[in-house]
Amino acid sequence: MRTQDHNTLQQVLQTASTIILGKTYQIRLALACLLARGHLLIEDVPGVGKTTLAHVLAHLLGLEFQRIQFTSDLLPADILGVSIFDREHSSFCFHPGPIFAQLILADEVNRATPKAQSALLEAMEERQVTAEGQTRPLPEPFFVIATQNPSHQVGTFPLPESQLDRFLMRIALGYPDRAAERELLAGADRRAMIAGLTPVLTPETLITLQGAVANVHAAPSLIDYVQALAEHTRHCGEFVTGLSPRSALGLLSAARAWALIDTRDHVLPEDIQAVLPAIAGHRLHPAAGTTSAPGSAEIARRLIESVPLP
Amino acid sequence: MAKAEVAFVPLSQHQTLWLVSAAIGVLLPLAPYLPYWLDTLAGLALFTRGWLLYRRFSLPPGWLINLVALAGMAGVGLHYHTLFGKDPDVALLALFLALKLFEMRSRRDAYVAILLQFFLILSQFFYTQSLLTGATMLITVLLVVSSMAALNRDDQTVRQQLRVAARLLLQAIPFMLALFIFFPRVAGPLWGLPADAYGGMTGLADSMAPGSISQLTLSDAIAFRVRFEGPVPARHALYWRGPVMNDFDGQTWRIDRTPLLEHLPYRVDGATVGYEVTLEPHNRYWLFALEMPATIAPEGVFSADFQMFARGPVRTRIRYSLRSSLEQRTGLDETAETLDRARRLPPDINPRARELARELRIGPGGRRRSDASVAAALLARYREQPFVYTLTPPLLGHDSVDQFLFDTRRGFCEHYASSFVFVMRAAGIPARVVTGYQGGEINPVDGYLLVRQLDAHAWAEIWLQGRGWQRVDPTAAIAPNRVEENLAAVIPASEPLPLLSRPEMDWLRQARFRWEAISNRWNQWVLGYDTQRQLGLMRALGMNDPDWRSLASILAILCGGLTLAFAGWALRQWHRPDPVQAQWQRFSKKLAAYKLSRHPWEGSRDYSRRVRAGIPGRDGEIEAICTLYEALRYGRLAGAGQLAELRQRINDFRP
Repeated sequence: MRTQDHNTLQQVLQTASTIILGKTYQIRLALACLLARGHLLIEDVPGVGKTTLAHVLAHLLGLEFQRIQFTSDLLPADILGVSIFDREHSSFCFHPGPIFAQLILADEVNRATPKAQSALLEAMEERQVTAEGQTRPLPEPFFVIATQNPSHQVGTFPLPESQLDRFLMRIALGYPDRAAERELLAGADRRAMIAGLTPVLTPETLITLQGAVANVHAAPSLIDYVQALAEHTRHCGEFVTGLSPRSALGLLSAARAWALIDTRDHVLPEDIQAVLPAIAGHRLHPAAGTTSAPGSAEIARRLIESVPLP
Repeated sequence: MAKAEVAFVPLSQHQTLWLVSAAIGVLLPLAPYLPYWLDTLAGLALFTRGWLLYRRFSLPPGWLINLVALAGMAGVGLHYHTLFGKDPDVALLALFLALKLFEMRSRRDAYVAILLQFFLILSQFFYTQSLLTGATMLITVLLVVSSMAALNRDDQTVRQQLRVAARLLLQAIPFMLALFIFFPRVAGPLWGLPADAYGGMTGLADSMAPGSISQLTLSDAIAFRVRFEGPVPARHALYWRGPVMNDFDGQTWRIDRTPLLEHLPYRVDGATVGYEVTLEPHNRYWLFALEMPATIAPEGVFSADFQMFARGPVRTRIRYSLRSSLEQRTGLDETAETLDRARRLPPDINPRARELARELRIGPGGRRRSDASVAAALLARYREQPFVYTLTPPLLGHDSVDQFLFDTRRGFCEHYASSFVFVMRAAGIPARVVTGYQGGEINPVDGYLLVRQLDAHAWAEIWLQGRGWQRVDPTAAIAPNRVEENLAAVIPASEPLPLLSRPEMDWLRQARFRWEAISNRWNQWVLGYDTQRQLGLMRALGMNDPDWRSLASILAILCGGLTLAFAGWALRQWHRPDPVQAQWQRFSKKLAAYKLSRHPWEGSRDYSRRVRAGIPGRDGEIEAICTLYEALRYGRLAGAGQLAELRQRINDFRP
């Protein structure tokens, strides 16, 4: 890890904050998610800046960007690509779909049918695409930001739990606070600002940084803490299912990335607690009979306060 | 369901190896007590098992094992002529253990084998109860417990498993001590055994033929140990009276029936010495006492010829306290019947000895000598003529006394005692042979007098009018050193003598004294910890009249207390925070007064922030403490110096 890389991370955060105002925490989570090689799901009502966030990140990190607008008539081939008969060569020629990019924005992923959704989600998990009998690897780094509207809106196909689990984090942006909104309204055009951004990172540096995440030290007592949290969700009876070992792994690597952004070489419980809402919120569903569905932040707060630090 | 699954988890190679080595450890010390063919069979089985394990071959089919087991059982039955009893059953269990290792399919099989192993370890005590046995048993127990540890955790190294087992055994020690000390003892030996267990015991027999005692002196096994209350009497007074022989058939002296008495047949006057004898088992009735006993052991009865008998064969080590009077006059008013018996001789043998008796009667000037001077004249004859004291006398024929007295003149104490008594009887003087032990050796380490088989001796006793029974030791006339020093002093170096009783082996003897003192402790306090010792200890602990009920309740309380203590300790281990965490808690406690104690879920940074907000102006101190804690608890590398600094900073922190 070089300080230079840290500085660039800080620079990414700062620049992104000037465009998406008042959402430092969410931007930071998104960056951590990216560094931990996870995919991000942004769930919020339209118009709060989901797409903008994806654009900003793509620009700043110097990633090849593709946007897929999910609609109810989207087909898997629209995502993955199709083979078309080429008359000149008298053979089928594969035309890669929009998924063959480094950063994918899957906009309104819950508008598409489950068939199209699963095409994307399979690719996210495997980091490769199998179309017409041929397996093609996806580019490195590969990062999906999916946005979805809250599922109670009309005309949506909510992602099933198994597919939600493919996203390392789920965050909500929420409405900006008063001051931020005012600044936004008074400020320049966001789209122009994004266009004017210069990349801070290269994909290669990003891969190096992703490697550095794995080297952030997690002390035994910290691993105990992750275990205690996971165990609590499994035994406390408040949730339908507890956190899976995969989620616990995700929690730890997200916390490592969080620590890395904070220019630290070891993880603190605070790192775990900071990323926990985004990690646990979409994985824990309150068991029947408990109080009305709390938000991610509330779930995480309760969880944190019921598990003492080991 | 889950339980059944656990039971059928197959054993790993490592676990099986543990079981096989534990089985070797268990069976090896038993090998000398099992038939040779069974040793071979078990050895072969263990070797095959190890080889199969090494080559990772599959186990032989069950029917083959069953066949071998049946053949082995038949062999044991044929060897012992029964399948019941100590020896055949130990043999069967050993056979089963060796074969059970071929049936190691699951954890359950392993536990069966371990149970068998524990039982077999204990069965060693059937054969020998020495300290050495105890030590070997401890090692095998360690092996078996280690294999149990291996059964429960397969991922540890051999050293770790041994350490776990050792720790388990150490933790068991307090329980063992409590059980040992307080478990109510049954009267009688702890190791009560069926009658076939006492074949090979050595000791004085109920008969004495030429060669029987010299045979015994080849053994330096301990016959009994004595602890004197006061100083040890002079060596030449240490005549340990054993079987008294009255019956002579020309070759062999035997004891005959004598009336048993409940009290001493003589009045004790004069000083007595007190001592305690710890007698090794010899499978005979006699108890040994210093001549002449002034009390009768509580376990014993007395006979008309002043022998002490136990009420049953001495088959375990027993301990009895006695007093003896060294100058006791006995038999002043002996019955005519007893005296007659002490004059009886088989007719027509040893004519030359009878002739000698007649000659000895005639003193200078043709006057008839008194009984006392006849005896003195015979002793003088031993001294004056070229008699030799030797462990390897020539064999004697029909008229053994004649041949010894006039031809060979080479003999051991039984020859001298036998010929002396014969001539006395031929002269009409009541006489009898007394066997027993003479002398002994003080162990300088613990002060016990050790009397060994090689101290076995035979002497004579004659009855004189007005003086009663008098001890006469003809051996003392030939070889006074035998009585004054020890056997080695009078036997030439060329003759066979136990290696360790030779004077040049002094350093070895010193080592042996040490060892024997330790074994004696073991015998006295571990094996010999019987009802009486227990009672004595309880009295010393302030319990007046402990019965089995109070002992059982003490035991229950002790074991319960120990279990609680261990549970508490284990719980503490569980909850004991590491030193860093302890400091951190101390910091939180210091802040508790300001309602700033740490929330259990609160990380160091959040806490630091909250404390800084709560106690303004102390940012530097608080942050330093939190940063140190963070580095120690979560950092990659932290040294002891940092812990000391954290402690110091928390000490200095006054909110």
